[in-house]
Amino acid sequence: AKPDRDGCSAVEEKKMVKSELAVAFPPTFSVSEIKNKQRRHFMFMKLKQEKRKQKMQLRKKRRKEREALGDKAPPKEVPKTIENQRVYDETTVDPEDEEIAFDEGTDEFSAYFNGLTNPKVLITTSDRPRGRTVRFCEQLATVIPNAHVYYRRGLALKRIIPQCVARNFTYLMVINEDRQVPNGMVLCHLPNGPTAHFKVSSVRLRKEMKRRGKNPTEHYPEVILNNFTTRLGHTIGRLFAALFPQEPHFVGRQVATFHNQRDFIFFRFHRYIFKNEKKVGIQELGPRFTLKLRSLQKGTFDSKYGEYEWVMKRHEMEACRRKFQL
Amino acid sequence: MQHDDVIWDIIGNTQFCSFKVKTKSQNFCRNEYNITGLCNRSSCPLANSQYATIREEKGQCFLYMKVIERAAFPARMWEKVKLSKNYEKALEQIDENLIYWPRFIRHKCKQRFTKITQYLIRMRKLVLKRQRKLVPLSRKVETRERRKEEKALIAAQLDNAIEKELLERLKQGTYGDIYNFPVHAFDRALEQQDQESESEEEEEEEEDDEDVGQREFVAEEEVEESDLSDFEVTLLSNDQQGATEKVESERSRNEEEDEEEMEVQTKASRSKGKSPANGSAARKKRAYVEIEYEQETEPASKSRAT
Repeated sequence: AKPDRDGCSAVEEKKMVKSELAVAFPPTFSVSEIKNKQRRHFMFMKLKQEKRKQKMQLRKKRRKEREALGDKAPPKEVPKTIENQRVYDETTVDPEDEEIAFDEGTDEFSAYFNGLTNPKVLITTSDRPRGRTVRFCEQLATVIPNAHVYYRRGLALKRIIPQCVARNFTYLMVINEDRQVPNGMVLCHLPNGPTAHFKVSSVRLRKEMKRRGKNPTEHYPEVILNNFTTRLGHTIGRLFAALFPQEPHFVGRQVATFHNQRDFIFFRFHRYIFKNEKKVGIQELGPRFTLKLRSLQKGTFDSKYGEYEWVMKRHEMEACRRKFQL
Repeated sequence: MQHDDVIWDIIGNTQFCSFKVKTKSQNFCRNEYNITGLCNRSSCPLANSQYATIREEKGQCFLYMKVIERAAFPARMWEKVKLSKNYEKALEQIDENLIYWPRFIRHKCKQRFTKITQYLIRMRKLVLKRQRKLVPLSRKVETRERRKEEKALIAAQLDNAIEKELLERLKQGTYGDIYNFPVHAFDRALEQQDQESESEEEEEEEEDDEDVGQREFVAEEEVEESDLSDFEVTLLSNDQQGATEKVESERSRNEEEDEEEMEVQTKASRSKGKSPANGSAARKKRAYVEIEYEQETEPASKSRAT
């Protein structure tokens, strides 16, 4: 009896609906106000079908028009992408902005960009690193010129930093590990520079890469920084740029790329070859990983008393899908 | 009246005691006032009417004493004495308060007090060292971020972006004179002469190897720029003529290479007969070939010739 009843009720409902549709709904009526779940679901499905039908009709009409016009048809509209629809960020850097140029001439990286200091990077991990993290650190050290890996013997970062400064290091990179896999990075610019904390994901070591080439050589790579548009993005971009020496060895034909897309920074390391001036071939060597910025702090690493320039507040910042920070 | 033996008979051996924890080898007592933590006749606070313990509260140690005279007043049963922070003074205090008490209880109290002070010291030391903060990960958030990352990766089209950037840099001249590709204006002119590319190609074969300004070859590549298969086809067709190999090697790269080895390699790669439609595979072969050169000493004469 029950299945029958349900089947019948569906048919009945359709009839009822038809007769009801003859009756006008109040204009402020919405499907969500119906209390009965079955009815509400049914009405909603109907609504969706209507919309879909209209959309199909529209598309068919447009397609017919386009075919009819042939060559004279208006060009196809550009589809909406997340990058297209991105909410305009007021901190987007204008290339000619003098204030920003002045800021960048006098910030903590100015010493590097004026050629006064050479980058020297210290790479270390959190306590008791496991195999994958250790190998990742070693590979990073080959990719970044003038980088040294040191074993962290349970030392406090605040004690390490003065020693690094004394030995003329410009960067401290700490790879944090969780469950035998690297998952975080603290990048601290040394004399007194900003500290950035990233979430690291999708780490691929060299032997896991398909069709990779031989190991990177000692030549200084070039650096590509893509899509760092906002003020914050600019700072982070300069942070990455200062990791590598100013004069790349073009002979080496190696390039390190930091590409920002939707607040994820993808790192790749390639060797390139120009086949002619219109074509270039690239082959990936080197590890790859993605970073997501979690916080940017003004001084060197100090999690308790530090002055945070930017912190990822998930509820505020991730609420809008079209709004990005970098 | 307090019948300790009867109590012990009941809770210790035969019937139930709610504070008792039984394990394979040992019985423990979970009563907070128990001095040793084990379930024994002499350590049971319920079965001994004269009993003393040490307990600590927020870093402060207290001596608790229970005597049979207050057994009828549960609210006042335990006498609480605050011990001094000085270790020796506190021991003296314990001795003075438990002066005529059984040896066992006095000894165990002092032992317990020692252990408590030791762990308090360790706690204070640990606070000064590095504190590890555990941050909980929300599974929902993590999966969401992973998905966003995948979508961002697809949207990024990294290879294309990198190639575009490199070509931009080449155009702007950041590489200086390393790559002697012909200037753009020339390319534009050549593009218009597309139909004549074949005849030009034949002319080039007869030219000297020294002539590195291979305009015609550039035009040839532009014809089949999008489709590598054409490139291979023209290579194979030229093979029969025999003089092209050298020229092609020059065309592809300008400096730092040994041309003879290049010929050998390209011949080998072509003879494998791989389908050239897969641009990336061909690209990979070529890239592999080049890397061989990186380790060769640069033949200075050849590079000068360009």
